[in-house]
Amino acid sequence: MVQCLAPDGSVVREDLLPDPETRLELYRQMRRARHFDERGWVLYRQGRLGVFPPFGGMEASQVGTAAALTKNDWLFPTYRDTGAALTLGLPIARTLAYWRTSPHGWHMPADLKVLPFYIPIATQYPQAVGAALAERRQGTRNVAMAFIGDGGSSEGDFHEALNFAGALNAPCVFILQNNGWAISVPTRAQTRATDLSRRADGYGIPGVRVDGNDALATYHVTREAVNRARDGGGPTLIETVTYRVKPHTVADDPSRYRSEADTAGWDAKDPVTRLRTHLLNAGLMTEDSEADLLAEIAAEFEAALAEADSYPEPTPAEILDHVFAEPTPQLKKQRAEILAEHAQDKKEQA
Amino acid sequence: MTAPTTHVPQPTTHKNMTMVAAINDALDIALAADDTVHIFGEDVGVMGGVFRATDGLQAKHGEGRVFDTPLAEAAIVGMGIGMGLAGLKPVAEIQFAGFLYPALDQILSHLGRYRHRTRSRYHLPMVIRAPYGGGVHTPEQHADSPEAILAHTPGVKVVIPSTPADAKSLLLSAINDPDPVFFFEPIKLYRSTKEDVPLGDVRIPLGKARLVTHGDDVTVICYGGMVEVAQKAAAAAHAAGIGVEVIDLRTLVPMDTDTILSSVTKTGRVVVVTEAPRTAGFHSEIAAIIAEEAIEHLRAPIVRVTGYDAPYPPFTAVEDVYRPNPVRVAKAIRQVMNY
Repeated sequence: MVQCLAPDGSVVREDLLPDPETRLELYRQMRRARHFDERGWVLYRQGRLGVFPPFGGMEASQVGTAAALTKNDWLFPTYRDTGAALTLGLPIARTLAYWRTSPHGWHMPADLKVLPFYIPIATQYPQAVGAALAERRQGTRNVAMAFIGDGGSSEGDFHEALNFAGALNAPCVFILQNNGWAISVPTRAQTRATDLSRRADGYGIPGVRVDGNDALATYHVTREAVNRARDGGGPTLIETVTYRVKPHTVADDPSRYRSEADTAGWDAKDPVTRLRTHLLNAGLMTEDSEADLLAEIAAEFEAALAEADSYPEPTPAEILDHVFAEPTPQLKKQRAEILAEHAQDKKEQA
Repeated sequence: MTAPTTHVPQPTTHKNMTMVAAINDALDIALAADDTVHIFGEDVGVMGGVFRATDGLQAKHGEGRVFDTPLAEAAIVGMGIGMGLAGLKPVAEIQFAGFLYPALDQILSHLGRYRHRTRSRYHLPMVIRAPYGGGVHTPEQHADSPEAILAHTPGVKVVIPSTPADAKSLLLSAINDPDPVFFFEPIKLYRSTKEDVPLGDVRIPLGKARLVTHGDDVTVICYGGMVEVAQKAAAAAHAAGIGVEVIDLRTLVPMDTDTILSSVTKTGRVVVVTEAPRTAGFHSEIAAIIAEEAIEHLRAPIVRVTGYDAPYPPFTAVEDVYRPNPVRVAKAIRQVMNY
């Protein structure tokens, strides 16, 4: 397993250290992601956010990987990869709107190739192969990155995608976040092949196992994979070994299927604390400069929250928008039905 | 918002060909006209497809444009979706419509939803071609008619041609459509007939039915492989003095209800013909629309002539029992006439 920083923040491999600016940027993005996750819980309890899947504790796995991309690259995130999407630049306000079930969360920014969070697990993998292949066919050096979990790696689409990407030499980076749990099913019950990076062997592509709570290590191995893909070297599967310390969603009660003993020790491996210790020890950050950073992150979030609060609720007929470029006669008729019904409702209320 | 381009067909001349040759011609024209068009699937490249629909296209347009994939339908469709997101026009072949099922997750969960769930930031100009239907004694599971599953999936269009000329011009329209289109090709008609097909880039707008025969007494609504069956029944009825109006729907989504309703208003008698299983088939949707919109014009109950609620039988001796034939359609025509 590739590691750069030990859990206590000490440097294990000097040769993997990125430059100081990159280390600071990785820390900033991890704090932004963590802030979203923490505020998300509070907002959910206040009824200001819908059910969302927390990812706190997996920041290194999401930020270190996504940070290896540029805005010309594709990102196919699952519902737990808010941190990766934020890192590449998905606006916080849109992300909040998504988890509020507002169509404003479905408006994807035109300057990003981030897809909406994937719900049907593993379907994103073959699609990333297609996007990667299309970039190659169009003569660019852009790549596609797709996320999945240990549970999703049991799906047929996962295997089909790895095989397609290898056979067609697609510039794809497959991130497999092994966080130990598929809702209530532990990895050891998911598969006998618990070293999930080995799954790459079956498809003739490189498989890498990395400490998923070490942002410097995840960044290093992902950059290598991204560069290899850009240079025509094909796909890579990266298993980030991490842990879902939080429940499956804010509405889940993990005590029904796991004990404190299961999660013991993971707090000591926390990815944010680990990089923080390193930055303080290396003199790249001070308590004061960190306080400034956290204040800036909090202000950014609150401004985004205010923006999300300003998005209007959708109107009834909006549910029929964006089905086809040109609505079919059937859709036009159904729109008229909704408008008439809604006008009737308004009349009855008045 | 991309609007479909208005296109004025300019056929220079015609050539006599089969449906499979017309499909090949359409694919060739699309590949030559637009660099973003890519054709892929099992055996479509070197071999030219199991029915030869892509014959010669890889040699002519290169392996980058027409290529073989590993044997996995979910990944064929899923990869196509990714290609479409990234600016290409994927034209995927599924070897038989009955092999579409592994890809249903990709289709039901993503293909028709992408425009909707990104508020048109992304759209999928993807075509999925698949041979469908029976009548040629294919092995088990090669003769399915799954069009109702797709017609029931919001955001995807469904096209089913019944003649070589229609196959060509509808396929070119499908490839140039900004939204996902399923293009089901009736296996029975691939090589059974030839007709003069206009050369060049010809297109028929999706959502326009074709009046195959004119008549005042009975309306027979059908599509794809059932059109020739209905035509034979109509000819027999005509000999007996019954005027049958055969409507070839051509596209199920969007559906040309105007043509259906104006015919039904005139005749007052309806027979709907498909080779799909009876329950919840697309024929039921056609019957429901007529019941909703034109029931006061009906002089007899609507009759459905369809397959049965059993898997399509690969038993050569009795396959014809399942798949509607002219005799069954003629019987239904007499039934609505004698009501």
